[in-house]
Amino acid sequence: MNVAAQSLWLIPALPLAAAGIGALTPRGGRMLAAGSAITALFASLVLSCLALNTALANPAVHAVHNFAWFDLGAGAVRLGWLLDPLTAFMCVMVTLVGLLIFIFSLGYMKEDANFTRFFCFLSLFAAAMLGLLVANSLLLLFICWELVGLASYLLIGFWFHKPSAAAAAKKAFITTRIGDLGFLLGILWLYDARGTLLFFDGGAGILEHASLAALSGQTVCCGLAAATAIGLLVFCGAIGKSGQFPLHVWLPDAMEGPTPVSALIHAATMVAAGVFLIARVYPLMEADKLLTAVPVHALTVVAFIGAITALLGAVIAVGQNDIKRILAFSTVSQLGYMMLALGVGSWVAAIFHLLTHAFFKALLFLGAGSVIHAAHHEQDIRRLGGLRGSMKTTFATFAIGMMALAGVPFLFSGFWSKEAILHAAHALDGSPALRSFGVVGQLPLAIGLAGVVLTAFYMTRLVAETFFGSARTAEAGDVHENSAVMTVPLVLLAVGSVALGFLGTPAFPWLQARLLGEAEVHGHSLLEGGGLMALSIVLVALGLGAGWALYGRRPRAAAAAIDPLAARAPGVVAALADRLGFDELYAATLGRLSDLLAMLAAGLDRWVWGGAVNVLAGLGRALGLISQGTDESVINASFDDAGAGLRGTGQVYSRAQTGDAHGYLRVTAIAFVIIVLIIVLGGIR
Amino acid sequence: MSLLPLAIYVSFAGALLALAAGAHSAAAARWTALLGALAGWGLTLAAAGGFVPAAGLQTLTDVAWIPQLGIRYHLAADGISLTLVVLTGLAAVAGILFSWNIGERAGEFFALYLALIGGVYGVFLSADAFVLFVFYEIAIVPKYFLIANWGSTNREYGAMKLVLYSFGGSALVLAGLLWAYAAGGGQSFALDDLAATAAHFPRGQQVGMFALVFLGFAVLAGLFPFHTWAPTGHVAAPTAASMLLAGVVMKLGAYGCLRVAMPLFPIGLAYWQPVIAWLAIAGILYAGFVALVQEDFKFVIAYSSVSHMGFVLLGLAAANATAAAGAVLQMFSHGVIAGLLFAVVGRMVYERTHTRQLADLQVQPLFRLLPFAAVTFVLAGLASMGMPGFSGFPAELTILIGTWRVSPVWAIAAAGGVLVAAAFTLRVIQLSFFGTNPAGAAAAPEHPLPPLTLAEKSGAVLLLAATIIVGLRPDLLLDWITPALQSPLMQAVWKGGTP
Repeated sequence: MNVAAQSLWLIPALPLAAAGIGALTPRGGRMLAAGSAITALFASLVLSCLALNTALANPAVHAVHNFAWFDLGAGAVRLGWLLDPLTAFMCVMVTLVGLLIFIFSLGYMKEDANFTRFFCFLSLFAAAMLGLLVANSLLLLFICWELVGLASYLLIGFWFHKPSAAAAAKKAFITTRIGDLGFLLGILWLYDARGTLLFFDGGAGILEHASLAALSGQTVCCGLAAATAIGLLVFCGAIGKSGQFPLHVWLPDAMEGPTPVSALIHAATMVAAGVFLIARVYPLMEADKLLTAVPVHALTVVAFIGAITALLGAVIAVGQNDIKRILAFSTVSQLGYMMLALGVGSWVAAIFHLLTHAFFKALLFLGAGSVIHAAHHEQDIRRLGGLRGSMKTTFATFAIGMMALAGVPFLFSGFWSKEAILHAAHALDGSPALRSFGVVGQLPLAIGLAGVVLTAFYMTRLVAETFFGSARTAEAGDVHENSAVMTVPLVLLAVGSVALGFLGTPAFPWLQARLLGEAEVHGHSLLEGGGLMALSIVLVALGLGAGWALYGRRPRAAAAAIDPLAARAPGVVAALADRLGFDELYAATLGRLSDLLAMLAAGLDRWVWGGAVNVLAGLGRALGLISQGTDESVINASFDDAGAGLRGTGQVYSRAQTGDAHGYLRVTAIAFVIIVLIIVLGGIR
Repeated sequence: MSLLPLAIYVSFAGALLALAAGAHSAAAARWTALLGALAGWGLTLAAAGGFVPAAGLQTLTDVAWIPQLGIRYHLAADGISLTLVVLTGLAAVAGILFSWNIGERAGEFFALYLALIGGVYGVFLSADAFVLFVFYEIAIVPKYFLIANWGSTNREYGAMKLVLYSFGGSALVLAGLLWAYAAGGGQSFALDDLAATAAHFPRGQQVGMFALVFLGFAVLAGLFPFHTWAPTGHVAAPTAASMLLAGVVMKLGAYGCLRVAMPLFPIGLAYWQPVIAWLAIAGILYAGFVALVQEDFKFVIAYSSVSHMGFVLLGLAAANATAAAGAVLQMFSHGVIAGLLFAVVGRMVYERTHTRQLADLQVQPLFRLLPFAAVTFVLAGLASMGMPGFSGFPAELTILIGTWRVSPVWAIAAAGGVLVAAAFTLRVIQLSFFGTNPAGAAAAPEHPLPPLTLAEKSGAVLLLAATIIVGLRPDLLLDWITPALQSPLMQAVWKGGTP
């Protein structure tokens, strides 16, 4: 069965309807809210699979359905749906991972009083996320982009009675909005330049040849091509949403939300939306790649931001103690890898890693949720320990996720997708600009390789501290494996974390061909990059070994015992635990600047503008007093009559701060009469 | 369509009837007022149903009034008027629903209220500058009494400041209009006649006349730095009056700029354009920052109104049909959203908790005590910060698209306002309804508050529906608005007065 582009709207519409049902369901209707959410997402999953089937039949085709949203006289603003392999793969991933997380939430949120609201928000999120994926218009994508941000805000702040959760929600929204501001400006510029925001529109779309040629041919300020400038503005949105340096600070705080939310939104799907966005507008991002006389190429910036983020996230993760924060910084780092892949010219590698990461990171977060749920909401890994024996399923699946993330060779999907990125960073096929940099152009690769060691290290630490050794607190001692509603999704995600690798191993680069819409498969074979692969395997082994040597061989004895790494380098670990001070830096600069501006504006309003008004009022009052005596006879009687009914209140006005109300009205009335008389009579004559 | 003038008369008649009914009982007065407002709104909707969008005003009534001075009682409408009278009707009905608890001298209250509405309808339907001005003055006077008699915080001061500013603005408008009228030979006050004669004025004269008329009207639209009447006035006003003040009265000013100042003196607009644009941008950002540190719930909303009206003025200053269409859409959008925000603050919260200090509200579990109000406020707040799905998004987007065409720098500066709006809106949402009691939430005693009434809920649903419908389908209004901006008069404006 085929799915036509014009019925693609059903994929986001079904969860939206479920969100509507959830919103109208009273608190007691738990099964109705959860049932409709899960049913709708399941239906979307089925539709997405059908859409994938359709898209794979003709992978080179961008099937679209466009329509006008509103007409501005000078041109219409049009929106549309788009079906191609990229959209279809993403839809299947989001609905599948989403469905498993929805089911997991049945167990995890069981005791929460606001269970129905939770499922309503989850459905709203799913609708917005799927809308973002099927959009054939940068504007529609932006609209859904804002709505996923809203859903994220609502879900981070779900337990708003916790001040930290309320603050984190606000921080996430504002920080991502800073990036969105750039995105919006890119949209405005693009619309002004091209008169449309449709991606594909029979040759007239912004991702089609005519538009790209025009944008790359046009030079704007500082010698940049218009395509570069617009591309970078759009990338600002991705920096915010995907937690890239320097706007990464919100993502770890977002862990204040319930753990299924962290898994779905802040690991698997929404934060990857920035990667999807850049992959979607890739023709625009690389439109400048053959220009030589420009100061910078858009993708070069993407590559370096990605590399910095990949390393930064991995470094900070080493110094964290909260199980969810470690995973959050690892998400930051992995998103950096995806951006790096985009920047070095391989959006296919980025999407491959996005898909595998969605599975294994959702698995890790749900595993963490399973631990937290069982351990009476203890999240500090120093206070856990020894869970290996009491939570066998959680441990086994978590270990699979950990190995996928660390990039343990051959069996795990994360290995293959990470290899694809490293190979792309080495070959630089899609980025002539970086290649022309020589050694500097290999910097992203070097940073990526450094990240590989760190990733293996901090994940080994996480698993060793949590699951090995013996229980270090009463909470960790009294744990039991969770019910099937929570463990079955773990098992399914674990299966995906392994199996998904085969979609894109170098021996079987099926995914790449489908995404690129090419009939024949070509690309680097397994052997061609053998040296690099061997190097990265050694690096993984190094990270695992170091982690085990420090944390696994001699397990932590007590919760308060000093960290072996902190014992060796206390200053470094303290700085990492403090997240290298980014939050403090922003609070001291941007935060203080905003406060200062606000105080300044408020002061101006009160003292300068308000003061001027009061001075004028004082003058008016003086004038009123002077003229009061003489004016009585001039005022016509009707004015007084009209006021007579309200004379009682008039007594109050006469004591008013600014003086006598009737006096003012009289002065005003006289002034009017005089002006009218002078000008009208003068004019007529 | 030809029934539209009836909306004016029905409102004035309703005012008299409400006054009479008030002598009997408060309930009679409010039901009379509601019926009057519903009748007016119904008439505007009926007119909208039969409306055929066209470029230019479609005459509704045209009779000689003061023939010696060439003044005709000429009422006419186009898509812009229609959008704004529909808004006026909606705001009027919602405002009455949120004034359902007015007991003290209800007859007078609703009489003044409907008189104001009648004046507003009149302004939006006038095609003669003098008639427009008369209605404009009619709309100003009742505001004073509404605030001074039924207001709260510092009400005499607020009412007086507002009235002085309004009359000051009126004086400028009148001076400018009379200047143009006299310079044109004193033949006619009809807007198109005035525009036709003004086209032959020397540039310097147009520049001067435009400055008087535009500034006079823009004061009422909250143009920075002449906005200070707005926060004190809004805060002092009773709920329904602040809803009308922000919802429709500020639109009178913007409408005057668009309907009178711009078509009459296009060369003046071209001259003053950068000044107005930068003042508008300053207003957007400045008022946003002021809102960020207010301690009084209502002041936050009042400053947010000034900030949003900055977008309207920027849309006008951009001087192209796209931005102007956005400005009209934003007038509608802000009218609805500001009404909703003031309703929550003034009626749903203040009249139950008797405080508007965020510090006091913060320690009450208002979300649990007034869940309907909380949800309404969150939705209204989202609409106010330009979230897609609500009317503010297409409006501000259209303004920015049109502004970018003139000056990307203006658009970039104004877009910063969207960020500030998010900051102050989230802050106030959190402090008002979702505050956390630092002293320990469990210990705080929960006094049950009176539940929300049906009237309040209906009013909220009405306004929410309006912002969501327009948010999803802005074409419903833009299909009226855009043709109106292509009339010969407006074409001349977009061309900067050069034929």
